[in-house]
Amino acid sequence: MTSEKVIEVKNLVKKFGSFVANDNLSFDVYRGEIFGFLGANGAGKTTALRILSGLSKPSSGDVRVAGLDIYRHAEKVKKHIGYMCQKFSLYEDLTVAENIMLYGGIYGLSKKIIENRASTLLESLNFTSYRKNIIGSLPLGMRQKLAFAVAILHDPDIVFLDEPTGGVDPITRRQFWEMIYKASSDGITVFVTTHYMDEAEYCDRVSIMSEGRIVAIDSPDELKKRYGASSVQDVFVKIARPSNYSPNNN
Amino acid sequence: MRTILYLIRKEFIQIFRNKFLSKAIFGIPIVQIVILVPAVTFEIKNIELCIVDMDMSAESRQLISKLQGSDFFLLKHTTFDEKEADDMLHADKCDMILHIPENFGRNVVREEKEKLMVVANAINATSAQLAWAYMRGILQDYNSELKVRSMQSNTPGRLSLIETTNRFWYNPSLNYKYYMLPGILVILVTAIGLLLAGLNVVREKEIGTIEQLNVTPIRKYQFITAKLVPFLVIGLVDLAFGLVLGKILFNIPFNGSIAMLFLFAAFYLIAVLGLALFLSTLSSTQQQYLFVVFFVLMIFVLMSGIFTPEESMPLWARRFNIINPTAYFMRVIRMVMLKGSGFADVFQDVRGIIIIGIATISLAIWRYRKTV
Amino acid sequence: MNRFLGFVKKEFMHIFRDIRTLVILFGIPAAQILIFGFAVRTDIKNAGIAVLDRSKDEISTGLVSRLESSDFFILKQSLESGAQIDPAFKKGDIKAVLIFEDNFGKRLLNEGSANIEIIADGSEPNVANLVTSYTRAIISDYMIDYNGAMAEGALVIEPEIKMYYNPNLESQYMFVPGVITIILVLICALMTSVAITREKEFGTMEVLLVSPLKPIHIILGKVTPYFILSLIDLIIILFLSWLVFDIPIKGSLVLLMLESMLYIMLGLSLGIMISTMSKTMQQAMFTSLLGLMLPTIILSGFIFPVEYMPGIYSWLSMIIPPRWFVTIIKDIMIKGTGFTFVWKETLILFIMTLVFITISTLKFKKRLE
Repeated sequence: MTSEKVIEVKNLVKKFGSFVANDNLSFDVYRGEIFGFLGANGAGKTTALRILSGLSKPSSGDVRVAGLDIYRHAEKVKKHIGYMCQKFSLYEDLTVAENIMLYGGIYGLSKKIIENRASTLLESLNFTSYRKNIIGSLPLGMRQKLAFAVAILHDPDIVFLDEPTGGVDPITRRQFWEMIYKASSDGITVFVTTHYMDEAEYCDRVSIMSEGRIVAIDSPDELKKRYGASSVQDVFVKIARPSNYSPNNN
Repeated sequence: MRTILYLIRKEFIQIFRNKFLSKAIFGIPIVQIVILVPAVTFEIKNIELCIVDMDMSAESRQLISKLQGSDFFLLKHTTFDEKEADDMLHADKCDMILHIPENFGRNVVREEKEKLMVVANAINATSAQLAWAYMRGILQDYNSELKVRSMQSNTPGRLSLIETTNRFWYNPSLNYKYYMLPGILVILVTAIGLLLAGLNVVREKEIGTIEQLNVTPIRKYQFITAKLVPFLVIGLVDLAFGLVLGKILFNIPFNGSIAMLFLFAAFYLIAVLGLALFLSTLSSTQQQYLFVVFFVLMIFVLMSGIFTPEESMPLWARRFNIINPTAYFMRVIRMVMLKGSGFADVFQDVRGIIIIGIATISLAIWRYRKTV
Repeated sequence: MNRFLGFVKKEFMHIFRDIRTLVILFGIPAAQILIFGFAVRTDIKNAGIAVLDRSKDEISTGLVSRLESSDFFILKQSLESGAQIDPAFKKGDIKAVLIFEDNFGKRLLNEGSANIEIIADGSEPNVANLVTSYTRAIISDYMIDYNGAMAEGALVIEPEIKMYYNPNLESQYMFVPGVITIILVLICALMTSVAITREKEFGTMEVLLVSPLKPIHIILGKVTPYFILSLIDLIIILFLSWLVFDIPIKGSLVLLMLESMLYIMLGLSLGIMISTMSKTMQQAMFTSLLGLMLPTIILSGFIFPVEYMPGIYSWLSMIIPPRWFVTIIKDIMIKGTGFTFVWKETLILFIMTLVFITISTLKFKKRLE
């Protein structure tokens, strides 16, 4: 981890009509770290993530991603980021190889590079024999891992993950986090939203959101120390309003 | 450019992997052309006639046999009972009634004026008018025959006569298939293009894959081009298919330049697909899009002059056709195929369709948002 | 029963919450009836013609001005030679050319007959036919006037016409009922065709399948809200056709409404049948729009009279439901006939509806197993 800031957010506000989804957010994310965005459903995590990845425009505030101003260079930013969302977004009627080829092509990688990266990637996931399988025929966990792999295929500076492990079994979740660590060690900054509190423990730093605001931001250890809690889950229960949180809400 | 090619490849794979679509886009046009093209004819034959003959003279029988001898009329029933005839008209058992009054024969021979009453079911005003015109023609002929006979027997007089001969150019036997095939083909190509391209985009919206595209650095024009080209190709292939089918099955003449027709078809499809993409940005579900297309398609088709002539439309409807791309193509495909019209003849239509195309594509690019 | 009502209520909520779709569902039929009621007609007005007058005498110019003064024609061009005919047609704005022979008037006076050749553009056969017969009618009227002065009493027979049901020869009497027929069945089928495939595609089907609702209940529950929607559409359409087009409802309004309800049920169950037979929403949409639109327009007798179709098609059109409803609606609205005249058509529509519902239920059960 370096002290180079890849995401700078100052006073970010996002309103939908009179509803304030993001209320004056300010935070920085450093190159190579795994940054967790925690919060209950509806706390504003996804809204913030969508703004950072250029899918949505902020109402006000300064946002810089990969050193670029999000207002002026939204499209340039997209070259430097990867994105994988809650809803599964590879094409279900295309094969594994076709999906990889498509997204590689969109990011302007040459055919040779795509093929090289695809084979390393499939090997590391032990998916080589599934190259020609239609995505729709694969189990959910496998698809999520593939989606992540495709999201970092073009070697982005930052990858945004929106609830990436929703609905998958604990073993796949573990494997998924191993992939995240691997990406991080390769220098990719990982920005991940989740409401699994145990996953927060894997992050370098976490920010806890509640009702559109950031209520705490630090490393998991620091947070636990500060609030005298044994786990991030305890921290969360202590600072986020109990009325808005149910630990079994997934 | 390479990005676009990757995207286009993806669309083709998806369409041809879809078991239903890959068959439907070629199957539906073939089946409908084979079945529907020969169905249509406006030719009015066998108008069902009921005659109330109160006279029963040699003259009335002569008139009746003259009517029977024509192709236009089919004598359904003869009666003395006016009410029976009216009931038949009411129950759709005949289309027209001819009343021959008592003493018709006597009066006609004496050259006294005689009125003949004809009653027609006029719900279909055009058919009724045509039937009436045929009836009048036959009565006039009959009248002249009487005249000639009486002239021979008494006073020498003279009657001037304009003879009309008529010919139909480009389709001498008025074969309706020549007219229907291009029309039906245009409708099918339009419907397939509108449905395929628009549903494709709305579907990506509904299942969420479009979001994954929106976080990539794809340019708007790349996205629109990639969504346009595959359906353009499919539309042109469908058109070619239909024309070949028309040639084989119905021996449709092809008098003009094929290259020019396809060039025009390409401009037309770009305009239509641009509209589809624009409309898809306005719809959030496939169902909504389906209804919007239903609306647009029905208007384009019924106003285009395929089933009812443009000449019969009120002025505002003809003005509307300035922005109706289907009206252009309907006109041009018939002009080029049947009449062999050249580029100079269709220049205005070419210009019109290009302007519409630029407008719809610009709308589509403008309305397509990568952000929500 | 309670469970069923609950399901219907849920379906209702689902449809009525989507304002945009509602606007579309009510707006489309209303707009279409207005547009087509005015625009769709088959008579000819202001058709462009050209004249090649080789004689240019009093009689020929008189005839041309008679043609011009009729509503049917506009004289677009005066040609000088036969070679100009083809290019004029190719440009596409004239539908017929009238050729007066040399010394037309002289021949008529001296020889008692002269010739006019009418060349019509056969690429639009219907227009060609109409233009030719209108032209002939005008010429023969002209001659009657012309001869009238010269030969008194030339015509003994004076035919008179009574146009029943539609004395003013309004095209709308034919097309408004036709448009109502087409739009009702298409919109009903489109609405329900997506209903079941949608549940399937979005994975909500399982929830329905494990519920204790019987297949017929699920189908009826899907249909009921759309039935009410379509009924509102029907009322809008009938009201507009009465208000805007002056189309009377001569027969019983109650009978018309009942028949229309049957027809709406038929459309909805046709959609449901397509829905149960389709694997995906796209398939259902393609089948219901692309598969139904042209066959219903062409084979229903809405524009092209079924009677004049080649033999096999009058048989084929019998399986097209709109064909029967067109007859019913015209009989009740315009002729004012009662049920005794349309019972056969009604029975056919009823049987068709039953067939569609039975097939849907069977298909649906199969999916359950």
